[in-house]
Amino acid sequence: MEVFWIKAIIVLVIFGLSLVVAMYSTWAERKVAGYMQDRPGPNRAGWGGLLQPLADAGKMFFKEDFIPLQANKWLFIAGPCLAMLTALMSSSVVPFGDTIKIGEHEIQVQGIEVNIGILWVFGVVSLGVYGVMVGGWASNNKFSLLGAIRAASQNISYELAMGLSLIAIIMLTGSLSVRDIVLSQHGAAWNLFYQPLGFIIFLVCAFAECNRTPFDLPECEAELVGGYHTEYSSMKLGFYLFAEYINMFVSSCVISALYFGGFNYPFMDKVAEALGSDATGHNIATAIGFGVFFAKALFFVFFFMWVRWTLPRFRYDQLMNLGWKNLIPLAILNVITTGIGILLDIRWFSWVAMIAIVIIAVAQSAMKPKSARGILEAAPSR
Amino acid sequence: MQNQILYVWYLLTAVTILAALLVVLAKNPIHSVLSLVVTFFCLSAHYVLLNAQFLAVVNIIVYAGAIMVLFLFVIMFLNLREYTEETKSNFAKLGAAVVGGVTLVAIIAALKKVQYPMPMRYDVRTGFVETLGEVLFRDYLLPFELVTVLFFVAMVGAVMLGKREKGERHF
Repeated sequence: MEVFWIKAIIVLVIFGLSLVVAMYSTWAERKVAGYMQDRPGPNRAGWGGLLQPLADAGKMFFKEDFIPLQANKWLFIAGPCLAMLTALMSSSVVPFGDTIKIGEHEIQVQGIEVNIGILWVFGVVSLGVYGVMVGGWASNNKFSLLGAIRAASQNISYELAMGLSLIAIIMLTGSLSVRDIVLSQHGAAWNLFYQPLGFIIFLVCAFAECNRTPFDLPECEAELVGGYHTEYSSMKLGFYLFAEYINMFVSSCVISALYFGGFNYPFMDKVAEALGSDATGHNIATAIGFGVFFAKALFFVFFFMWVRWTLPRFRYDQLMNLGWKNLIPLAILNVITTGIGILLDIRWFSWVAMIAIVIIAVAQSAMKPKSARGILEAAPSR
Repeated sequence: MQNQILYVWYLLTAVTILAALLVVLAKNPIHSVLSLVVTFFCLSAHYVLLNAQFLAVVNIIVYAGAIMVLFLFVIMFLNLREYTEETKSNFAKLGAAVVGGVTLVAIIAALKKVQYPMPMRYDVRTGFVETLGEVLFRDYLLPFELVTVLFFVAMVGAVMLGKREKGERHF
């Protein structure tokens, strides 16, 4: 029974942490944007604008909650609820730290440890699109519907490449459990050094799945007013925006668990040795690991913002071309080279694919006439 | 503990049947699709109760995550204008009821004959992904590979059918 309560506390802490991080991501995003555009950003509410998220939440709650007359009422309400639900579900299998020793019990700092953890994340991510689709359709507005349809086709397209890049990780580890994947990267043997191509593909797909710039076509204000949340106001809109930030935090956690070693850090054995193997020492080591994991995750949250204020938005055909014609073939190539590497017992073999692709890309761009150069091909002429 | 699981099972089954009935009875096609998604979730929960987490998650990924999203996608396009259901004639309704009823009776009769042999030794790991992988890649390797070829052929066929010919108008 004691174990149950400790587990319950851990689950609640993870839940609260992801909410708080999402809340302060809204503040951090505006601060980062301000820094990049040479202006102060929010600085009135509290020290350095730290109370800004609370002020925003208050404003959101007190705004008029408006439901369009022609909207499908229940689905209109269900949209943001689904978005929040799916955003919060995926963090349950992420191992935030090693184990806590209390008495004779050893408890994992993780919501649930299942042997299909990574598939759970993948499944919940694939459900994330329902919130957007249901909300967009129920608004009974053509812009919302177009945004919802864009979100759906984008998510389906990028899920494939994401799944294929995950397969390479699963092949290397031989397990679907996120904890096993993290534990196999003990010390500094992070998957990033064995799966550079897979990491890049996964990162791009994570951006697309979170609907973040440069892939935020579903809410492209230049074309679609506000995209799927055009008709939403008050806290319903707040939930949509909040779900996006939670998604960002969770995908940052997943990226750091899969490719950056999770709670592993170099010389962790020496630190653990110095702290001793009794309960207190073990718990302190776990706390340090938790801190390391959190720092990695927060770095990726920052990375999401960094990209948002650096890159412009893609055009829709560029998005589809990148997903189907570039990322999926690359991901298949990565799976094949990883397989060859496993066969030959060389773990870093997928660097071969990486280097070959870089050489081909450089050669191709050198051969092209100067006017046609660019990251992606121009639009097909119609 | 045993009783609690039984209650969970009853609740789940009731929700499943309710959602499945809504799929058929809902007037709005979007409601039908969404209740079908709920049905798939309940089926996945049943898999979890049977300790087959892998099947549960794959069911969610493939059906709820991919196929139903595509369904919803297509129906949203159809539903742009007020969609009026064409009324079937009474004769068609009667025929459908008779055929459906007969099929139901046949299924019930067949199921009543079935014996459920209890496995000699209960193994917790039966539904795990490791066990499934071993069976799939050792005992059933050839059928598995043939199915992949079948899928590939179907994919090429779909691309061929959906391909735009040169000079053809696209919508």
